[in-house]
Amino acid sequence: MPILEHPAYPPATLLCLESLVPCRESQVSMLLSIFGERQQLSFPSIFIYGHTSSGKTYVMKTLLNTLQLPHVFVNCVECFTSRLLLEEILIQLQNHSSETRRASPVPCDTFNDFVRLFKQALVSQNLQDQTVYVVLDRAEQLREMEANILPAFLRLQELTDRNVTVILLSEIVWEMFRPNTGCFEPFILYFPDYSIGHLQKILSQNHPPEYSADFYSAYINILLGVFYMVCRDLKELQHLAALNFSKYCEPVVRKEAKERDTRKLWKNIEPHLKKAMQTVYLREISSSQWERLQCEEGELGQIKGLSAHAHVELPYYSKFLLIAAYLASYNPVRTDKRFFLKHHGKIKKTNFMKKHEKTSNHLLGPKPFPLDRLLAILYSIVDNRVAPTANIFSQHLYKDLLTLISQ
Amino acid sequence: MAVTQICMTMVQKMLRERLCHHRAMGKLFGIDQQYKHLLELLKQTTVCGESNSALIIGPRGSGKTALLNRVLKDLREMKQVKENLLEVHLNGLLQTNDKVALKEITRQLHLENVVGDKVFGSFAENLAFLLEALRKGNRTSSCPVLFVLDEFDLFVHHKNQTLLYNLFDISQSAQTPVTVIGLTCRQDILELLEKRVKSRFSHRRIYLMNSFAFKQYIRIFKEQLSLPAEFPDKAFAQKWNSNIQLLTEDKTVQDILQNLFHYSKDLRSLNFLLMLAVSNVTVRHPLITASDLQEASKQYRMDSKANIVHGLSVLEICLIIAMKHLNDVYEGEPFNFQMVYNEFQKFIQRKAHCMYNFEKPVVMKAFEHLLQLELVKPIERPSVRSQREYLLMELLLDNNQIMDALQAYPNCPTDVKQWAASSLSWL
Repeated sequence: MPILEHPAYPPATLLCLESLVPCRESQVSMLLSIFGERQQLSFPSIFIYGHTSSGKTYVMKTLLNTLQLPHVFVNCVECFTSRLLLEEILIQLQNHSSETRRASPVPCDTFNDFVRLFKQALVSQNLQDQTVYVVLDRAEQLREMEANILPAFLRLQELTDRNVTVILLSEIVWEMFRPNTGCFEPFILYFPDYSIGHLQKILSQNHPPEYSADFYSAYINILLGVFYMVCRDLKELQHLAALNFSKYCEPVVRKEAKERDTRKLWKNIEPHLKKAMQTVYLREISSSQWERLQCEEGELGQIKGLSAHAHVELPYYSKFLLIAAYLASYNPVRTDKRFFLKHHGKIKKTNFMKKHEKTSNHLLGPKPFPLDRLLAILYSIVDNRVAPTANIFSQHLYKDLLTLISQ
Repeated sequence: MAVTQICMTMVQKMLRERLCHHRAMGKLFGIDQQYKHLLELLKQTTVCGESNSALIIGPRGSGKTALLNRVLKDLREMKQVKENLLEVHLNGLLQTNDKVALKEITRQLHLENVVGDKVFGSFAENLAFLLEALRKGNRTSSCPVLFVLDEFDLFVHHKNQTLLYNLFDISQSAQTPVTVIGLTCRQDILELLEKRVKSRFSHRRIYLMNSFAFKQYIRIFKEQLSLPAEFPDKAFAQKWNSNIQLLTEDKTVQDILQNLFHYSKDLRSLNFLLMLAVSNVTVRHPLITASDLQEASKQYRMDSKANIVHGLSVLEICLIIAMKHLNDVYEGEPFNFQMVYNEFQKFIQRKAHCMYNFEKPVVMKAFEHLLQLELVKPIERPSVRSQREYLLMELLLDNNQIMDALQAYPNCPTDVKQWAASSLSWL
């Protein structure tokens, strides 16, 4: 029983569309009912929001391409200035019917020119009787452009007096977009996140043909068990699934276990996935490095992330400099006399810890300090006398230190 | 009764044009006085040749542009006015400075050839030249010109308010009958005008305040959805209209409308709601039901932040709860990642049985995802000097939203729920 039905489009196309958008049928049917037939009016602007990889861009593209509705698709991160954005829309509109891309972009500086050129382009492409869709992906970038761009796009139907609908796709909720004096409110549509069942279904679709679907589903189950608490992003999970599958299959390939020996397979893959969480998931090592390491079959402990390589052996004075810097940044200035002088007086027990200092200094972060203080602390903590010539030496070390710290 | 697809298509077409199109050619509700006032004003200009200026002020969606378009349409149909009125439509969103505005005026008056390559000293000279050129075209008397400035409050921000000054000046002094009508949503528009501009303005204001009561609102609902008498399929039109009448008497529908009325009185929101309900009408489902309207209303009033929180992973939810506790303890003072991580560690060590102790970089990645979604925002711009973990931030969700979202969160571990609901006593 097909889920998507619409009088304006042939059922075969709709069936094809349905197969391309798993777990998103209700959103697509809502969009279809809002769009109506080709020449009917629709909301002047639609705002679609949802998490990363919840399918907004993909569903929009698939829907417009499968039903062959006239549309323009622009990514606002690519076209980050208003001029690039407006010109891109006009170019795509001009190339709508022709296959080859024309070389000459139409110069378009202001929205005023854009409205005029847009109307001309619609006439030249014979699109006056159908609804034209302008889709702006990553629409949160529109807020960074000139102040009139976002409100003008929301009203494009009114400003051009043509049958056009603007669709904005974004991760961020509409309340963060609204300008101060208000604007034309778009129709807001939410793309819900995929539930764990949906994720399982979609990820299992990518199974390689050599293995059975059940085998792959079991693998996906294990993967989701480890990563679902941390990350629900479909793209990340697909990436991790693709990288780790060969390791999972190793026992079967080496004939140590059958496909159904879930316990053995789990024991094999589990430490691997945990390691993956610390390295590939955090992008500390690249996926090609990861695959190479897997092939080497070395000890798992050898896989180290980028952060592990920050442990360097420093020379003698550099170590003391580092310690002195640490002390200087976390101790308040008034305690220096007490800690670092050999003959210090007693500090009166005044209530010098003010309210905001009660939060541990380690939570507030390191504080800046002058160079003299650093050197003073250094001289007091190093046991033997630091020769003055060492001062110049330490300046060099200091520079090295700064480069190390700022990494 | 079998309904044909053609009939449905016609119904959809008619209602969509009525509800979505910006030129509301249907009835205007509740603004008869303002309509008469504006019509009189424009008639004076076109028939008697008087210059004038007026501002139409009203909140967004109250019908300013619709009113003006309607008045202009009726005016153009009058015998005396036919082809005797030149219109120039400017919009603050499109003409962002005075030079562009002047070029647009030239273009709309079809005077590009006349202006050619002339260079003018000042704005005033250029405008005077344009009006003079109009005069020469029409020998005996000058044709009245109507300037419509939409988003009037944006023109106020141009340099020296040159355009406004010149337009109002001409409307006070020139021989060509010129009327300037501004449309704006700002009630304090007069304070934004410069002194010399303000003095040339006639201070005539027309207010559109959505001033109808709930009974009238229900009547408007009925009229917006009713099919007109000229509809080809008379039998269906009658059935449709009687269904709409039933809906207006239905208690659930009245509740829905009451909710919307309390939230926002303007007709644009009502039109959106009706459009959603109408889009569900198909051959299988030819009449609107109360449940359609209920679905539409739910769709319209979703809390978007709660929806976003619904899609977060368990680790990210824990971070949000940690931030909530920090806000409770420190009474809304800004926090940084290190503090949040500290709280999270306390939870893991003492209470959690099901949460694995994730490494710090993994928690950092989850935190950065929250930053990307703008649920957490830094107080100052991140500079090169300070480390990322110590940058001060604030949470953009309040406690009620968090607790509501947690109720709806699927498969939330019990420890996490209990931690969220716990007070500060165990700290």
